[in-house]
Amino acid sequence: MKASRTQAAKDLAFRLALLACLAIAIGLLVLLLVDVALDGTGTLTWDFVNNFTSISADKAGIQAGLWGTIWLMGVCAFFIVPVGVATAIYLEEYADPTKWWNRLIELNIQNLAAVPSIVYGILGLAFLVRGPLHLGNVVLAGGLTLGLLVLPMVIIAGREALRAVPSSIREGSMALGATQWQTIWRQVLPAAVPGIATGVILALSRAIGETAPLIVVGAVAVIAFNPEGLDSQFTAMPIQIFDWISRASNDINDYRPLAAAGILLLMILLLAMNSVAIWLRNRYEQKW
Amino acid sequence: MASPLTTIKPTAKEAPPRDGQSKPREAIFQLDNVTVSYGDKPAVHDVTFDIARNEITALIGPSGCGKSTLIRCLNRMNDLISSARVEGTVAFHGQDLYSSEVDAVEVRKRIGMVFQKPNPFPKSIYDNIAFGPRVLGVKGDMDEIVERALRHAAVWDEVKDRLKTNAFGMSGGQQQRLCIARCLAVEPDVILMDEPCSALDPISTGKIEDLMIDLKRDYSIVIVTHNMQQAARVSDKTAFFTVTPDDRVGTLVEFDDTETVFTNPTDPRTEAYVTGKVG
Repeated sequence: MKASRTQAAKDLAFRLALLACLAIAIGLLVLLLVDVALDGTGTLTWDFVNNFTSISADKAGIQAGLWGTIWLMGVCAFFIVPVGVATAIYLEEYADPTKWWNRLIELNIQNLAAVPSIVYGILGLAFLVRGPLHLGNVVLAGGLTLGLLVLPMVIIAGREALRAVPSSIREGSMALGATQWQTIWRQVLPAAVPGIATGVILALSRAIGETAPLIVVGAVAVIAFNPEGLDSQFTAMPIQIFDWISRASNDINDYRPLAAAGILLLMILLLAMNSVAIWLRNRYEQKW
Repeated sequence: MASPLTTIKPTAKEAPPRDGQSKPREAIFQLDNVTVSYGDKPAVHDVTFDIARNEITALIGPSGCGKSTLIRCLNRMNDLISSARVEGTVAFHGQDLYSSEVDAVEVRKRIGMVFQKPNPFPKSIYDNIAFGPRVLGVKGDMDEIVERALRHAAVWDEVKDRLKTNAFGMSGGQQQRLCIARCLAVEPDVILMDEPCSALDPISTGKIEDLMIDLKRDYSIVIVTHNMQQAARVSDKTAFFTVTPDDRVGTLVEFDDTETVFTNPTDPRTEAYVTGKVG
């Protein structure tokens, strides 16, 4: 009897230790959110969303950053969806895994997903902004750089979605005289769309908060216009937030509430995107 | 697609009758010393027999005897497994299916297949049937094609009011008949069935067996089955395979009229299996 009581006590202690660790993680997140919300909610008004940034803090807003981010995400999505899905289809449906080069590609895509984002920034600077493509520090270069950064995520998510389609569907289609391409295009891909879409949204929500690579490719911090095309200069929400944080605040101009409001807006966008991803997964995912 | 297969009429070639076959009918498949291997390991070795037109040919035998491997050679489904290799000749209406000028896609248009587990597409009942004709570019009234296929597979009355609903809502037996209907909609010459009833209850099994007997007027059917009563009930010819104990390779033991195989087999191994002493 005694032994079992010590066992029970150990069990309880272990459970409490686990809960304490969980509490640290959750607690810090809550602390951060509450702190940001206290600083930012007063500033997060329609004017804040609608104004450009300004030297005087009470007139400054995030419009250029918001539209810059929207443009970047658009370019990024246009790039990662076709390239990512095509790569996933090749690796999952065509590549022979017994060949060493296919295994090498696969290994490298896993590695690419773990490369620090600043490295992608340098890549973008060297090859897109300057170098062979010489696009300049414009929306197109920024969006493509973010696209390169999250492309491995899309490929990995796409492969998982394709793998989830049972091989009996492929066999059933091929047995009717459909070609491999008809099978992929009309059966496998439509069944994998919810999973792929979820992966794309999660990749975009990773890209939306990236700051370092955008600084490297030359996003402009103080800008009072929205992008008008792919060849416009741009800023983005994280860049704008970073700029406000790094400015010296004084009694007349306090930039800290602006940064907090910017963070809140970014968080709202991010949570909205993740909610859509979760909803998509639950609503449309095929149960086999 | 100028495949030789598209130019062969079903009656183009009369097969010469082979020795030891009681009723020589036109052979639709002629297998000659067929060996199928996965990598270096043969799964089924040196199989020679003919499959006749408008008959039901059953392939029976214990697990691992290579009967499923063999049936998948007949429409080149084994091509999907990169390590699979076929030696010998599998002739379909006299044309070697594995010769270099034959396109596997063309082969599968002519030789349909129904699988062990019902595998409807995650689409409506209607679209399941229409998929085959659509990818083959069939012109014509699709509603009519769909209705004809479903009627032919004896599932029309059960689903006619819900053609636009998802096929996953059907029962297992209905799903399997849908898969047969899907196969009929592309009008093949042959239907290969790989244990089509093993996932079904006895009533659904009975319906599918009735359907098979019905279908053999228009089609040639090859069925792999674990169920010996089923082979005895529906098939005209039976091929019995076994696994050699020493090297675990499948071989054809006996091929004859079903009645002969079940009542008066020549090989003692066949007798032991069909009487339930082994297996």
